[in-house]
Amino acid sequence: MTSLPLDWLQSDRRRLRVDQSAIGDRVYEFLTALCALVVPALVVAIAVAIFAAAWPAFARLGLSIVTTSDWDVRGGHFGAAPALFGTLVSSAVALIIATPLAIGVAIFLSEFSPSWLRQPVGFLVDLLAAIPSVVYGLWGIFVLIPMLRQQVMPFLRDGLHLGATPFFSGPAYGPSMLAAGLILAVMALPYISAVSREVLMAVPRSQREAALALGATRWETIRDAVVPYAKSGIIGGIMLGLGRALGETMAVTMVIGNRPEISASLFAPGYTMASLIANEFSEATNDLHVSALMAVGAVLFVITLIVNAVARWLVWRVSRVRAR
Amino acid sequence: MTAPAVQPPESSIAVDKAKPCIVTRDLSAYFGDTAAVRNVSITIPQQAVTAIIGPSGCGKSTLLRCLNRMHETVPGARVEGSVEILGSAIYGDGTNPIAVRRHVGMVFQRPTPFPTMSIRANVAAGLRIAAKKGEISGSTDEIVEEALRRAGLWEEVKDRLSESATAISGGQQQRLCIARALATRPRVILLDEPTASLDPLSTQKVEELVYDLRKTVTVVIVTHNMQQAARISDCTAFLLAGELIEFDSTRELFTAPKDSQTEAYVTGRFG
Repeated sequence: MTSLPLDWLQSDRRRLRVDQSAIGDRVYEFLTALCALVVPALVVAIAVAIFAAAWPAFARLGLSIVTTSDWDVRGGHFGAAPALFGTLVSSAVALIIATPLAIGVAIFLSEFSPSWLRQPVGFLVDLLAAIPSVVYGLWGIFVLIPMLRQQVMPFLRDGLHLGATPFFSGPAYGPSMLAAGLILAVMALPYISAVSREVLMAVPRSQREAALALGATRWETIRDAVVPYAKSGIIGGIMLGLGRALGETMAVTMVIGNRPEISASLFAPGYTMASLIANEFSEATNDLHVSALMAVGAVLFVITLIVNAVARWLVWRVSRVRAR
Repeated sequence: MTAPAVQPPESSIAVDKAKPCIVTRDLSAYFGDTAAVRNVSITIPQQAVTAIIGPSGCGKSTLLRCLNRMHETVPGARVEGSVEILGSAIYGDGTNPIAVRRHVGMVFQRPTPFPTMSIRANVAAGLRIAAKKGEISGSTDEIVEEALRRAGLWEEVKDRLSESATAISGGQQQRLCIARALATRPRVILLDEPTASLDPLSTQKVEELVYDLRKTVTVVIVTHNMQQAARISDCTAFLLAGELIEFDSTRELFTAPKDSQTEAYVTGRFG
């Protein structure tokens, strides 16, 4: 092993290059590069197609698509502001409900749960993400909405006297922004809780010990050392949940009431961009109508793109801090 | 007898005549069914530096972690026997481990600053957690300054207290952790191989700091570095396979060990 003749080494390397490694490597390299290029190209192609199809509507109607509320196909008015409002509000309601619950689940599973309980509970929570959204919609129509109409809404409005505020006033129909927000909360929860659980469990034991050694209680250790360390990752999880809520179509369409009006009350029916597209694409016959729906799709696309970019950035930031 | 590997300092104290600070009786510590520390009875003197030495895996760190009830935070870990610190039985019925840890500071092998907090907030973290400001005189800023001065870090960071604690070097981070432990003015401070991850210059600074700390606080330091034990400690305990082999003034232990295993270890014949 001490002194190999140089020419032997060179000839062997040459032989290897010609015989196997070079051709094999090239083929693998080509195949993986192909896969790596096709997928992003598909994303770009979809984006280009949507924006190209949306262009006539934007050129003709400009920003009135997102700023006006009048959606009249025959009159040629396409104002999707109520749908934009509904998408943002239903997602916000979902996050407000889902975030504390999901983080609570994550903290319990990573900090308090006995190990025999961690796996099954984590699995069941993750399973929420696997239920088809049309099943959520059915559950919403036949279980959630009757419950909202008969118990929850009257209780919030009259029992807690929240009816005095504009957010919980008006008749309790059932199909409403609140119903959509609740359904979306259940659907976004597993995403937030799965990511939060992972980042909490990735907090080094040394951080927990440092806090404990200062005389922190378990709760203070979590509050002062564990959660701050995992904060960016948790926010990334919330953003993933938001992305899920913004784009969800079927379940929301089934429970939101599909009325294109902007109302401050969560009891009032609403509309979302996704349900607008789902409800109208089959009846869109004239070019401007199709283009207007594409324009709504483009706006939704851009919003979810921004949310995902922010999520990526936050996750990147947390991994960079940890690397130091 | 072979010549000792290191020369201990002249000013060593007599172990049996010093005022006791930590007294353990038949202390055993387990991970599950495995005993990491067996029947250790030791009397650690007040306002002195006591080093715990021994080969890797001999239970030094575990013994140290029994002294502020950190050992039991590991799942499946338990402790038998008794430990008294300044007359209080820390494993006594109804003694809250959280209260024990508020009076017995600890610094770990690797620096553990809280990365999302500023330098100032790191030092004040223990104060905030303790929420016993009534017991400590002075404003938070004064306490932070005092703790950083005692840790010999004040001059280096006084202009950047609001910066992230991860912006300073590893050696500074370790002294920051010592400052954080000192801020709540504990009576005892436990150091678990505090220089194991530091460069020689940072190690020297931490050693000087530990040497000075004895004036105000009782220090127990675990080290695998015999020279370090000889340089900075007044008393040294030698542990082997979880058992206390010998405990004496550092000078005695290094120059005239009574046990042949201690002699073999301090002269570098094993470990």
